[in-house]
Amino acid sequence: MSARQGTVPRPVWRRVGMKRTGIPAWLAGSGMFIAAALSLPLAYLLMRALSYDRAVAVLQRDSTWQVLAGSVALAIVTAVASVLVALPLAWLTERSDLPGRRIWRVLSVVPLVIPSYIGSFALIAVLGPRGAVQQMLAPLGIERLPEIYGFGGAALALTLFGYPYVLITVRSALRRSDPALEEAARALGDRPWQTFIHISLPQLRPAIAAGALLVALYTLSDFGAVSLMQYDALTRVIFVHYRASFNREAAAVLGLLLVAVTLVIILAESWTRGTARYFRAGAGAIRQHPPVALGRWRWPALCYCALIVTLAVLLPLGAMLGWVITAVLYGTLAVDSLVQQTVNSVLVALGAALACVIAAVPIVLLSVRYPHWFSRALERLSYVGYALPGIVIALALVHFGARYLPALYQTFAMLVFGYVVRFVPEAVGALRGRMLQLNPRFEEAARTLGDDGPRAFGRVTAPLLAPGFIAGGALVFLTTMKELPLTLLLAPNGFATLATEIWSASSEALFAHAAAPALVLVAVSILSLRLLLREN
Amino acid sequence: MTAIACTDLTRRFGALCAVDSVSLQVGRGEFIALLGPSGCGKTTLLRLLAGFEAPDHGQIVIDGTVVARPGASVPPERRRIGMVFQEHALFPHLDVADNVAYGVPQGVGRAAWVRELLALVGLPECARRMPHQLSGGQQQRVALARALAVRPAAILLDEPFSNLDAGLRAEMRTEVCDILRRAAATACFVTHDQEEALSIADTVAVMRHGRIEQVGTPHEVYTRPASREIARFIGEANLLRGRADGPVAHCALGALPLLVPMHGAVDVMIRPEMIDVHHDDAGVMIEQISFFGHDQLIRLRLADATTLRARTLSRPDLRPGMRVALRVSDPVMAYAAD
Repeated sequence: MSARQGTVPRPVWRRVGMKRTGIPAWLAGSGMFIAAALSLPLAYLLMRALSYDRAVAVLQRDSTWQVLAGSVALAIVTAVASVLVALPLAWLTERSDLPGRRIWRVLSVVPLVIPSYIGSFALIAVLGPRGAVQQMLAPLGIERLPEIYGFGGAALALTLFGYPYVLITVRSALRRSDPALEEAARALGDRPWQTFIHISLPQLRPAIAAGALLVALYTLSDFGAVSLMQYDALTRVIFVHYRASFNREAAAVLGLLLVAVTLVIILAESWTRGTARYFRAGAGAIRQHPPVALGRWRWPALCYCALIVTLAVLLPLGAMLGWVITAVLYGTLAVDSLVQQTVNSVLVALGAALACVIAAVPIVLLSVRYPHWFSRALERLSYVGYALPGIVIALALVHFGARYLPALYQTFAMLVFGYVVRFVPEAVGALRGRMLQLNPRFEEAARTLGDDGPRAFGRVTAPLLAPGFIAGGALVFLTTMKELPLTLLLAPNGFATLATEIWSASSEALFAHAAAPALVLVAVSILSLRLLLREN
Repeated sequence: MTAIACTDLTRRFGALCAVDSVSLQVGRGEFIALLGPSGCGKTTLLRLLAGFEAPDHGQIVIDGTVVARPGASVPPERRRIGMVFQEHALFPHLDVADNVAYGVPQGVGRAAWVRELLALVGLPECARRMPHQLSGGQQQRVALARALAVRPAAILLDEPFSNLDAGLRAEMRTEVCDILRRAAATACFVTHDQEEALSIADTVAVMRHGRIEQVGTPHEVYTRPASREIARFIGEANLLRGRADGPVAHCALGALPLLVPMHGAVDVMIRPEMIDVHHDDAGVMIEQISFFGHDQLIRLRLADATTLRARTLSRPDLRPGMRVALRVSDPVMAYAAD
């Protein structure tokens, strides 16, 4: 009351710039733009499929269900096989006194940087008909090796290059578990192997389940391995439909089917993550487990590790190296085009990393700083890329671009946009973790010191988020370098990257031509992985 | 002249009314303490003043300019309000000088102004240090310099001393007040520590349940609390049943003069240090003595079995079990009995 009487307030708020409170306009605007962009591929695909009068007919075809069953079977077999491969590896490298544990620990996750299509062509080249192994065995009168093409080969390749997903989750679970539980079981009279079955295995169950579901997801969205192994999984059939008959509606229906299966797995995965917390040990530092002495089991254990690493790391890398050396010796190495492809790959991956990190900023700011239904919806939506295999996004954008945006169709911008839809969740994840640790008082302090929202972000929030930007960017860079179907379908005409070059050479069985770009790709991946691990 | 004036300010969070029709004025150069238990809405009030929250009702005027009214508010950066946060919130990627210079526009006088401020807070040699290399007290002083650097109309301090350990707290309290006085700043402290509020502020505003229940000088709110709840929150209070008859109340300690005349059944509020203890075989017994060095707290039991607490200097002559007589040294407050 007395305030009004004492000092007559000047009605100047319009000049001073009063604002409606709530989400700032620049964030709300960019958030809405990103939401629209991210939902475009799936929305368009749905629209195309729903407006297609023979959609039901496609779903009623026996062949559709055979392909779906084949995809699911491949996912299940690969997931189970990955668990069987990874579980002993995790235990040996984490809990036993295996000689050279540290080296095995690193070597056993290296397959993660080998894209499935590189691994597959190496397997075909070595183990396939007229491959290196068969030629070696020919003098012994062995004419045929077991068939590499088809279900078996696809499952083998995807297991060898997918098992690290299980290995990593199980390993961190082993590290988290409290040795006191196992010691208690031993004290109660269990033998070591009984302890493992009674105590350790149940504790690891959520980690195993989570890892297996990641492998299943990896398998379902994989395009390279199933194509090279000539196995009719959904991704390959979609691509064949798209390429051969230009039957885009049928491809769209199959794409949606693939998204549906993927969603089921994602829901299962988030469900296991929810229960996994239950198994975690309480607060306080956990003691280190004393390593289990392997005794004479040391030798079989070493052989096992060596076998896996040979198949998943040495064989593909060795084969590629062999071809490259041969090419250099015969002078057939196309250095110019290799440099061009490397530059293209790096450029497009840098573009994708930058675009993903920029797009992640409003998503993360909204979800962490402005709790609101719109923020939550946008964050959920940003994870849509995990449910959309590359081939599905590519398909949607090819159709959409050709029809509505011919100016952007097959341009660098469209390609980067595809990567953003697919990989923005990786940037969001890295940035969100960092943002959650950031005290909002820093931004508020900047505001009271005269910065408006965007300026405070630029001067305070962004520098403090730098490690998150680098980690998120490195992750997107790594996965973009490896991404095949998106690049294949969306790249501008004549724009060859390492991935597309490897694919076109190896799908025509010109393995020697594929070797050099593959080796470069793996080397660049390892470099960005190192950056990533250092930041974490 | 008024630096800050809020009128009928209200802020709700769902069903909770964090700030409930608060009206408050802070004069230029005045130090005001918003004192209240945690959850009383004092931090929300501060955030309303700073512009991090917007009021549902009422308006805020800073230096004669309306900065907030329902549905619209001037963003924090245009309010000319400085803020010192509980966690100090020094930018960890900038050194001390850059932190202080943060809000100062680029220009010729900038470096000199930063040096002057660092001298003012007594840290002239720390300009190139990073925040993590400073002690808690030094961080506090840098935060203060940073807030003063933009020459704000008022400085808001949110529980500024609660992050410091007990020994440092008292020292920083006087030092921060010194600096603010020298800078001729208007300051608004939020605190839940009554001793802190009483010792540093010109004016204390006592908040409970989102409302300001009393505004006065430290002396006023201590000696004449507006309610028995405030009396109990600020300092220790003995409450005795009695009857008031105009300027005098009759209770177990006899007829006591009242600061505010009352009538009928009342609770008489007597501060422990107002009770003098005499050797006399009256009906009062010493139950327990807690000795603190600078003074001591004596628990007394009256003939009707009510207990009282008295605070006296060190008195080796008094022992538990002794019978004593009591006298109240000053006029007291009384509140209508429920």
